[in-house]
Amino acid sequence: MTILAFTFAVAIVSFAAGLLGSLTGLGGGVVLVPLLTIFFHVDIRYAIGASLVSVIATSSGAAAAYVKEGFSNIRIGMFLEIATTAGALFGAYLASWIPTTAIAVILGAMLLYSAYISRRPRPPELRNLPPDPVATRLRLNGRFPDLGGERTYNVQRVPAGFSFMFGAGALSGLLGIGSGAVKVLAMDQAMRIPFKVSTTTSNFMIGVTAAASAGVYLSRGYVDPGLSMPVMLGVLAGSLLGSRILVKADTKSLRLVFSLVIFVLGLQMLYKGFWGRM
Amino acid sequence: MAHLAPAPDRNVPPEQPLPRWDDRRLEIVLGNLLRSGVAVSAAVVFLGACVYLYRHAHEPADYRIFRGEPSDFRTIPGIFQSVLNWRGRGFIQLGLLFLIATPIARVAFSVVGFALERDRLYVAFTLIVLLVLLYSLIGSGLTV
Repeated sequence: MTILAFTFAVAIVSFAAGLLGSLTGLGGGVVLVPLLTIFFHVDIRYAIGASLVSVIATSSGAAAAYVKEGFSNIRIGMFLEIATTAGALFGAYLASWIPTTAIAVILGAMLLYSAYISRRPRPPELRNLPPDPVATRLRLNGRFPDLGGERTYNVQRVPAGFSFMFGAGALSGLLGIGSGAVKVLAMDQAMRIPFKVSTTTSNFMIGVTAAASAGVYLSRGYVDPGLSMPVMLGVLAGSLLGSRILVKADTKSLRLVFSLVIFVLGLQMLYKGFWGRM
Repeated sequence: MAHLAPAPDRNVPPEQPLPRWDDRRLEIVLGNLLRSGVAVSAAVVFLGACVYLYRHAHEPADYRIFRGEPSDFRTIPGIFQSVLNWRGRGFIQLGLLFLIATPIARVAFSVVGFALERDRLYVAFTLIVLLVLLYSLIGSGLTV
Protein backbone atom coordinates (compact mmCIF):
# COMPACT_ATOMS: atom_id res chain seq x y z
CA MET A 1 0.00 0.00 0.00
CA THR A 2 1.33 3.47 -0.82
CA ILE A 3 1.48 6.13 1.88
CA LEU A 4 -1.34 8.04 0.18
CA ALA A 5 -3.73 5.04 0.18
CA PHE A 6 -2.68 4.08 3.71
CA THR A 7 -3.34 7.63 4.95
CA PHE A 8 -6.86 7.72 3.50
CA ALA A 9 -7.76 4.22 4.73
CA VAL A 10 -6.53 4.95 8.27
CA ALA A 11 -8.37 8.30 8.26
CA ILE A 12 -11.69 6.58 7.40
CA VAL A 13 -11.26 3.94 10.13
CA SER A 14 -10.27 6.68 12.60
CA PHE A 15 -13.38 8.67 11.71
CA ALA A 16 -15.51 5.69 12.81
CA ALA A 17 -13.38 5.28 15.95
CA GLY A 18 -13.84 8.95 16.89
CA LEU A 19 -17.60 8.73 16.29
CA LEU A 20 -18.00 5.66 18.54
CA GLY A 21 -15.53 7.00 21.10
CA SER A 22 -17.33 10.32 21.56
CA LEU A 23 -20.78 8.67 21.76
CA THR A 24 -19.72 6.17 24.43
CA GLY A 25 -17.16 8.17 26.46
CA LEU A 26 -14.57 5.44 25.82
CA GLY A 27 -12.18 7.30 23.51
CA GLY A 28 -11.14 6.01 20.11
CA GLY A 29 -8.54 3.47 21.21
CA VAL A 30 -10.97 0.61 21.82
CA VAL A 31 -11.72 0.33 18.12
CA LEU A 32 -8.46 1.63 16.74
CA VAL A 33 -5.83 -0.62 18.33
CA PRO A 34 -7.24 -3.98 17.10
CA LEU A 35 -8.05 -2.57 13.63
CA LEU A 36 -4.59 -1.06 13.15
CA THR A 37 -2.80 -4.21 14.30
CA ILE A 38 -5.01 -6.78 12.53
CA PHE A 39 -5.93 -5.09 9.23
CA PHE A 40 -3.13 -2.59 8.73
CA HIS A 41 -0.35 -4.82 10.17
CA VAL A 42 0.87 -1.99 12.39
CA ASP A 43 3.26 -2.92 15.20
CA ILE A 44 1.45 -2.81 18.57
CA ARG A 45 3.75 -0.06 19.89
CA TYR A 46 2.95 2.31 17.01
CA ALA A 47 -0.73 1.39 17.45
CA ILE A 48 -0.60 2.29 21.18
CA GLY A 49 1.02 5.64 20.34
CA ALA A 50 -1.66 6.36 17.73
CA SER A 51 -4.36 5.23 20.15
CA LEU A 52 -3.21 7.74 22.80
CA VAL A 53 -3.31 10.50 20.19
CA SER A 54 -6.84 9.39 19.26
CA VAL A 55 -8.02 9.45 22.89
CA ILE A 56 -6.81 13.04 23.38
CA ALA A 57 -8.33 14.12 20.05
CA THR A 58 -11.71 12.49 20.80
CA SER A 59 -11.77 13.88 24.31
CA SER A 60 -10.86 17.48 23.47
CA GLY A 61 -12.84 17.54 20.21
CA ALA A 62 -16.11 16.37 21.73
CA ALA A 63 -15.61 17.92 25.20
CA ALA A 64 -15.66 21.43 23.73
CA ALA A 65 -19.30 20.84 22.73
CA TYR A 66 -20.31 18.72 25.74
CA VAL A 67 -18.95 21.21 28.29
CA LYS A 68 -20.51 24.24 26.61
CA GLU A 69 -23.91 22.61 26.28
CA GLY A 70 -23.89 21.58 29.92
CA PHE A 71 -23.65 17.77 29.62
CA SER A 72 -20.23 17.17 31.20
CA ASN A 73 -20.14 17.95 34.90
CA ILE A 74 -16.77 19.66 35.37
CA ARG A 75 -16.82 19.27 39.17
CA ILE A 76 -17.40 15.52 38.98
CA GLY A 77 -14.66 15.36 36.34
CA MET A 78 -12.11 17.35 38.32
CA PHE A 79 -12.85 15.58 41.61
CA LEU A 80 -12.58 12.10 40.09
CA GLU A 81 -9.45 13.03 38.11
CA ILE A 82 -7.55 13.04 41.42
CA ALA A 83 -8.39 9.35 41.75
CA THR A 84 -7.58 8.46 38.12
CA THR A 85 -4.25 10.30 37.96
CA ALA A 86 -3.13 8.89 41.33
CA GLY A 87 -4.33 5.46 40.21
CA ALA A 88 -2.37 5.77 36.95
CA LEU A 89 0.86 6.43 38.85
CA PHE A 90 0.11 3.48 41.15
CA GLY A 91 -0.65 1.24 38.15
CA ALA A 92 2.61 2.17 36.42
CA TYR A 93 4.42 1.25 39.66
CA LEU A 94 2.55 -2.06 39.95
CA ALA A 95 3.23 -2.97 36.31
CA SER A 96 6.63 -4.43 37.19
CA TRP A 97 5.18 -6.61 40.00
CA ILE A 98 1.91 -8.01 38.69
CA PRO A 99 1.38 -10.16 35.57
CA THR A 100 -0.71 -7.95 33.27
CA THR A 101 -2.21 -11.02 31.59
CA ALA A 102 -4.04 -11.97 34.80
CA ILE A 103 -5.43 -8.44 35.09
CA ALA A 104 -6.53 -8.50 31.46
CA VAL A 105 -8.53 -11.69 32.13
CA ILE A 106 -10.22 -10.22 35.23
CA LEU A 107 -11.01 -6.94 33.44
CA GLY A 108 -12.30 -8.88 30.41
CA ALA A 109 -14.71 -10.91 32.53
CA MET A 110 -15.81 -7.76 34.36
CA LEU A 111 -16.47 -5.92 31.09
CA LEU A 112 -18.59 -8.77 29.71
CA TYR A 113 -20.69 -8.66 32.88
CA SER A 114 -20.92 -4.85 32.67
CA ALA A 115 -22.00 -5.07 29.04
CA TYR A 116 -24.88 -7.21 30.27
CA ILE A 117 -25.99 -4.99 33.17
CA SER A 118 -25.54 -1.59 31.51
CA ARG A 119 -27.54 -2.37 28.37
CA ARG A 120 -30.88 -1.45 29.99
CA PRO A 121 -32.09 1.93 31.32
CA ARG A 122 -31.95 2.43 35.08
CA PRO A 123 -35.06 1.18 36.94
CA PRO A 124 -37.34 4.11 37.92
CA GLU A 125 -36.91 3.52 41.68
CA LEU A 126 -33.20 4.36 41.32
CA ARG A 127 -33.84 7.75 39.73
CA ASN A 128 -34.47 11.08 41.48
CA LEU A 129 -32.89 9.85 44.70
CA PRO A 130 -32.50 12.32 47.60
CA PRO A 131 -29.20 14.23 47.78
CA ASP A 132 -26.24 12.50 49.42
CA PRO A 133 -24.43 14.61 52.08
CA VAL A 134 -20.93 13.97 50.65
CA ALA A 135 -22.03 14.83 47.11
CA THR A 136 -23.73 17.99 48.39
CA ARG A 137 -20.61 19.05 50.31
CA LEU A 138 -18.51 18.53 47.15
CA ARG A 139 -21.14 20.31 45.00
CA LEU A 140 -21.32 17.37 42.59
CA ASN A 141 -25.10 17.44 42.01
CA GLY A 142 -26.09 19.09 38.76
CA ARG A 143 -28.43 19.46 35.84
CA PHE A 144 -28.25 18.72 32.13
CA PRO A 145 -30.39 19.32 29.02
CA ASP A 146 -32.34 16.07 28.63
CA LEU A 147 -34.50 15.44 25.55
CA GLY A 148 -37.66 16.49 27.40
CA GLY A 149 -36.10 19.61 28.98
CA GLU A 150 -33.59 20.33 31.73
CA ARG A 151 -33.22 17.58 34.34
CA THR A 152 -31.52 17.69 37.74
CA TYR A 153 -29.74 14.77 39.38
CA ASN A 154 -28.23 13.85 42.75
CA VAL A 155 -24.94 11.96 42.78
CA GLN A 156 -24.90 8.86 45.03
CA ARG A 157 -22.21 6.73 46.72
CA VAL A 158 -19.25 9.08 46.20
CA PRO A 159 -16.64 6.93 48.07
CA ALA A 160 -17.48 3.86 45.95
CA GLY A 161 -17.22 5.90 42.74
CA PHE A 162 -13.92 7.43 43.85
CA SER A 163 -12.45 3.96 44.56
CA PHE A 164 -13.63 2.68 41.18
CA MET A 165 -11.92 5.66 39.55
CA PHE A 166 -8.68 4.87 41.32
CA GLY A 167 -9.00 1.36 39.87
CA ALA A 168 -9.69 2.84 36.41
CA GLY A 169 -6.51 4.88 36.62
CA ALA A 170 -4.47 1.90 37.82
CA LEU A 171 -5.78 -0.19 34.92
CA SER A 172 -4.82 2.46 32.39
CA GLY A 173 -1.34 2.54 33.92
CA LEU A 174 -1.11 -1.27 33.81
CA LEU A 175 -2.77 -2.13 30.52
CA GLY A 176 -2.87 1.17 28.64
CA ILE A 177 -6.49 0.58 27.62
CA GLY A 178 -9.96 0.18 29.08
CA SER A 179 -9.94 3.01 31.60
CA GLY A 180 -12.77 4.88 29.82
CA ALA A 181 -15.07 1.88 30.25
CA VAL A 182 -14.43 1.71 34.02
CA LYS A 183 -14.95 5.49 34.27
CA VAL A 184 -18.37 5.34 32.63
CA LEU A 185 -19.36 2.31 34.72
CA ALA A 186 -18.23 3.96 37.97
CA MET A 187 -20.37 7.03 37.27
CA ASP A 188 -23.34 5.20 35.77
CA GLN A 189 -23.59 2.11 37.98
CA ALA A 190 -21.90 3.15 41.26
CA MET A 191 -22.74 6.85 41.48
CA ARG A 192 -26.08 6.63 39.63
CA ILE A 193 -25.30 9.64 37.44
CA PRO A 194 -27.53 9.94 34.32
CA PHE A 195 -26.03 8.04 31.38
CA LYS A 196 -25.39 11.03 29.11
CA VAL A 197 -23.69 12.90 31.96
CA SER A 198 -21.57 9.79 32.72
CA THR A 199 -20.35 9.29 29.15
CA THR A 200 -19.71 12.98 28.45
CA THR A 201 -17.91 13.46 31.79
CA SER A 202 -15.80 10.37 31.08
CA ASN A 203 -15.07 11.85 27.66
CA PHE A 204 -14.00 15.10 29.38
CA MET A 205 -11.68 13.17 31.74
CA ILE A 206 -9.94 10.66 29.43
CA GLY A 207 -7.96 13.40 27.65
CA VAL A 208 -6.19 14.29 30.90
CA THR A 209 -5.41 10.65 31.73
CA ALA A 210 -4.05 10.12 28.20
CA ALA A 211 -2.02 13.36 28.22
CA ALA A 212 -0.29 12.15 31.39
CA SER A 213 1.14 9.13 29.58
CA ALA A 214 1.42 10.66 26.06
CA GLY A 215 4.68 12.40 26.95
CA VAL A 216 6.32 9.10 27.90
CA TYR A 217 5.19 7.35 24.72
CA LEU A 218 6.19 10.28 22.51
CA SER A 219 9.70 10.38 23.99
CA ARG A 220 10.06 6.60 23.57
CA GLY A 221 9.34 6.94 19.85
CA TYR A 222 5.89 5.24 19.81
CA VAL A 223 4.15 8.22 18.18
CA ASP A 224 4.82 8.04 14.44
CA PRO A 225 3.87 11.23 12.55
CA GLY A 226 2.88 9.40 9.35
CA LEU A 227 0.45 7.16 11.26
CA SER A 228 -0.76 9.66 13.87
CA MET A 229 -1.63 12.33 11.28
CA PRO A 230 -4.58 10.49 9.63
CA VAL A 231 -5.59 9.09 13.05
CA MET A 232 -5.75 12.54 14.63
CA LEU A 233 -7.58 14.26 11.76
CA GLY A 234 -10.01 11.34 11.23
CA VAL A 235 -10.80 10.89 14.91
CA LEU A 236 -11.34 14.61 15.36
CA ALA A 237 -13.87 14.78 12.51
CA GLY A 238 -15.63 11.66 13.88
CA SER A 239 -15.81 13.05 17.41
CA LEU A 240 -17.29 16.36 16.20
CA LEU A 241 -20.06 14.43 14.41
CA GLY A 242 -20.52 12.18 17.48
CA SER A 243 -20.97 15.17 19.77
CA ARG A 244 -23.76 16.45 17.51
CA ILE A 245 -25.49 13.07 17.47
CA LEU A 246 -25.33 12.52 21.26
CA VAL A 247 -27.25 15.72 21.98
CA LYS A 248 -30.28 14.43 20.07
CA ALA A 249 -29.91 10.69 20.70
CA ASP A 250 -32.08 8.88 23.23
CA THR A 251 -30.35 7.21 26.16
CA LYS A 252 -31.72 3.77 25.32
CA SER A 253 -29.85 3.51 22.01
CA LEU A 254 -26.71 5.11 23.50
CA ARG A 255 -26.72 2.40 26.19
CA LEU A 256 -26.99 -0.31 23.55
CA VAL A 257 -24.04 1.10 21.57
CA PHE A 258 -22.02 1.40 24.79
CA SER A 259 -22.90 -2.14 25.86
CA LEU A 260 -21.90 -3.53 22.47
CA VAL A 261 -18.56 -1.69 22.43
CA ILE A 262 -17.57 -2.82 25.95
CA PHE A 263 -18.64 -6.37 25.05
CA VAL A 264 -16.09 -6.28 22.20
CA LEU A 265 -13.56 -4.67 24.54
CA GLY A 266 -14.14 -7.48 27.07
CA LEU A 267 -13.47 -10.11 24.39
CA GLN A 268 -10.28 -8.23 23.41
CA MET A 269 -9.13 -8.27 27.03
CA LEU A 270 -9.75 -12.01 27.41
CA TYR A 271 -7.85 -12.62 24.16
CA LYS A 272 -5.01 -10.43 25.38
CA GLY A 273 -4.99 -12.25 28.72
CA PHE A 274 -4.98 -15.78 27.30
CA TRP A 275 -2.76 -15.27 24.26
CA GLY A 276 -0.61 -12.46 25.61
CA ARG A 277 -1.24 -9.92 22.85
CA MET A 278 -3.99 -7.87 21.21
CA MET B 1 -32.01 51.91 55.02
CA ALA B 2 -35.00 51.36 52.75
CA HIS B 3 -33.43 51.25 49.30
CA LEU B 4 -35.85 50.65 46.47
CA ALA B 5 -33.19 49.23 44.15
CA PRO B 6 -31.73 45.80 45.02
CA ALA B 7 -28.46 45.95 46.94
CA PRO B 8 -25.51 46.06 44.50
CA ASP B 9 -23.18 43.08 44.58
CA ARG B 10 -20.13 43.81 46.71
CA ASN B 11 -17.69 42.32 44.23
CA VAL B 12 -18.98 43.95 41.07
CA PRO B 13 -19.28 47.72 40.86
CA PRO B 14 -22.53 48.69 39.10
CA GLU B 15 -20.75 50.50 36.24
CA GLN B 16 -19.08 47.18 35.22
CA PRO B 17 -21.92 44.71 34.62
CA LEU B 18 -19.57 41.72 34.09
CA PRO B 19 -21.13 38.35 34.87
CA ARG B 20 -19.79 36.88 38.09
CA TRP B 21 -17.59 33.79 37.95
CA ASP B 22 -19.81 30.76 38.27
CA ASP B 23 -19.71 27.21 36.90
CA ARG B 24 -21.65 28.18 33.77
CA ARG B 25 -19.12 30.84 32.80
CA LEU B 26 -16.23 28.48 33.59
CA GLU B 27 -17.81 25.83 31.34
CA ILE B 28 -18.07 28.27 28.45
CA VAL B 29 -14.45 29.43 28.85
CA LEU B 30 -13.17 25.82 29.14
CA GLY B 31 -15.22 24.85 26.07
CA ASN B 32 -13.68 27.69 24.06
CA LEU B 33 -10.20 26.80 25.33
CA LEU B 34 -10.60 23.17 24.22
CA ARG B 35 -12.02 24.24 20.86
CA SER B 36 -9.13 26.64 20.13
CA GLY B 37 -6.52 24.10 21.25
CA VAL B 38 -7.98 21.46 18.96
CA ALA B 39 -8.33 23.92 16.05
CA VAL B 40 -4.71 25.09 16.30
CA SER B 41 -3.32 21.55 16.56
CA ALA B 42 -5.49 20.28 13.68
CA ALA B 43 -4.36 23.19 11.47
CA VAL B 44 -0.66 22.52 12.19
CA VAL B 45 -1.07 18.75 11.64
CA PHE B 46 -2.94 19.45 8.38
CA LEU B 47 -0.16 21.74 7.15
CA GLY B 48 2.38 19.02 7.98
CA ALA B 49 0.19 16.43 6.24
CA CYS B 50 0.22 18.46 3.00
CA VAL B 51 4.02 18.76 2.99
CA TYR B 52 4.50 15.09 3.99
CA LEU B 53 2.07 13.70 1.39
CA TYR B 54 3.40 15.98 -1.35
CA ARG B 55 6.86 14.50 -0.82
CA HIS B 56 6.15 10.89 0.14
CA ALA B 57 2.68 9.99 -1.21
CA HIS B 58 3.90 7.23 -3.53
CA GLU B 59 6.35 5.50 -1.24
CA PRO B 60 5.24 2.23 0.37
CA ALA B 61 3.70 2.42 3.89
CA ASP B 62 5.17 -0.11 6.30
CA TYR B 63 4.59 -0.18 10.05
CA ARG B 64 5.12 -3.92 10.57
CA ILE B 65 8.43 -3.53 12.34
CA PHE B 66 8.89 -1.15 15.25
CA ARG B 67 11.99 0.96 14.73
CA GLY B 68 11.16 3.79 17.12
CA GLU B 69 11.17 7.39 15.96
CA PRO B 70 14.46 9.25 15.38
CA SER B 71 15.19 11.93 17.98
CA ASP B 72 13.98 14.60 15.48
CA PHE B 73 10.43 13.37 16.11
CA ARG B 74 10.45 12.42 19.79
CA THR B 75 11.92 15.30 21.77
CA ILE B 76 10.78 18.92 21.90
CA PRO B 77 14.13 20.39 20.70
CA GLY B 78 14.24 17.80 17.86
CA ILE B 79 10.70 18.62 16.78
CA PHE B 80 11.43 22.38 16.74
CA GLN B 81 14.57 21.78 14.68
CA SER B 82 12.68 19.75 12.07
CA VAL B 83 9.96 22.42 11.88
CA LEU B 84 12.66 25.01 11.17
CA ASN B 85 13.91 22.73 8.38
CA TRP B 86 10.35 22.82 6.97
CA ARG B 87 9.82 19.07 7.33
CA GLY B 88 6.23 17.83 7.08
CA ARG B 89 6.57 15.26 9.84
CA GLY B 90 8.09 17.91 12.12
CA PHE B 91 4.93 20.00 11.70
CA ILE B 92 2.75 16.94 12.42
CA GLN B 93 4.64 16.28 15.68
CA LEU B 94 4.39 19.98 16.60
CA GLY B 95 0.61 19.77 16.09
CA LEU B 96 0.50 16.65 18.29
CA LEU B 97 2.43 18.55 21.00
CA PHE B 98 -0.28 21.25 20.88
CA LEU B 99 -2.89 18.49 21.12
CA ILE B 100 -1.22 16.99 24.23
CA ALA B 101 -0.93 20.48 25.74
CA THR B 102 -4.68 21.17 25.31
CA PRO B 103 -6.02 19.03 28.23
CA ILE B 104 -3.13 20.23 30.40
CA ALA B 105 -4.03 23.85 29.65
CA ARG B 106 -7.63 22.96 30.47
CA VAL B 107 -6.62 21.73 33.95
CA ALA B 108 -4.34 24.75 34.47
CA PHE B 109 -7.13 27.16 33.57
CA SER B 110 -9.56 25.30 35.84
CA VAL B 111 -7.28 26.17 38.78
CA VAL B 112 -7.64 29.85 37.83
CA GLY B 113 -11.38 29.49 37.24
CA PHE B 114 -12.08 27.91 40.62
CA ALA B 115 -9.86 30.55 42.26
CA LEU B 116 -12.01 33.26 40.63
CA GLU B 117 -15.08 31.47 42.00
CA ARG B 118 -13.34 31.52 45.41
CA ASP B 119 -13.82 27.77 45.72
CA ARG B 120 -10.72 26.74 47.70
CA LEU B 121 -11.59 23.05 47.83
CA TYR B 122 -11.67 22.77 44.04
CA VAL B 123 -8.56 24.91 43.62
CA ALA B 124 -6.82 22.28 45.77
CA PHE B 125 -8.34 19.38 43.76
CA THR B 126 -7.30 20.79 40.38
CA LEU B 127 -3.85 21.77 41.66
CA ILE B 128 -3.24 18.14 42.71
CA VAL B 129 -4.22 16.92 39.23
CA LEU B 130 -2.05 19.58 37.56
CA LEU B 131 0.98 18.66 39.69
CA VAL B 132 0.63 14.94 38.94
CA LEU B 133 0.33 15.76 35.21
CA LEU B 134 3.41 17.99 35.22
CA TYR B 135 5.33 15.41 37.25
CA SER B 136 4.61 12.69 34.71
CA LEU B 137 5.49 14.97 31.77
CA ILE B 138 8.75 16.21 33.26
CA GLY B 139 9.79 12.64 34.03
CA SER B 140 9.02 11.55 30.46
CA GLY B 141 12.24 12.74 28.82
CA LEU B 142 10.46 14.89 26.23
CA THR B 143 12.62 17.93 26.88
CA VAL B 144 16.00 16.17 26.55
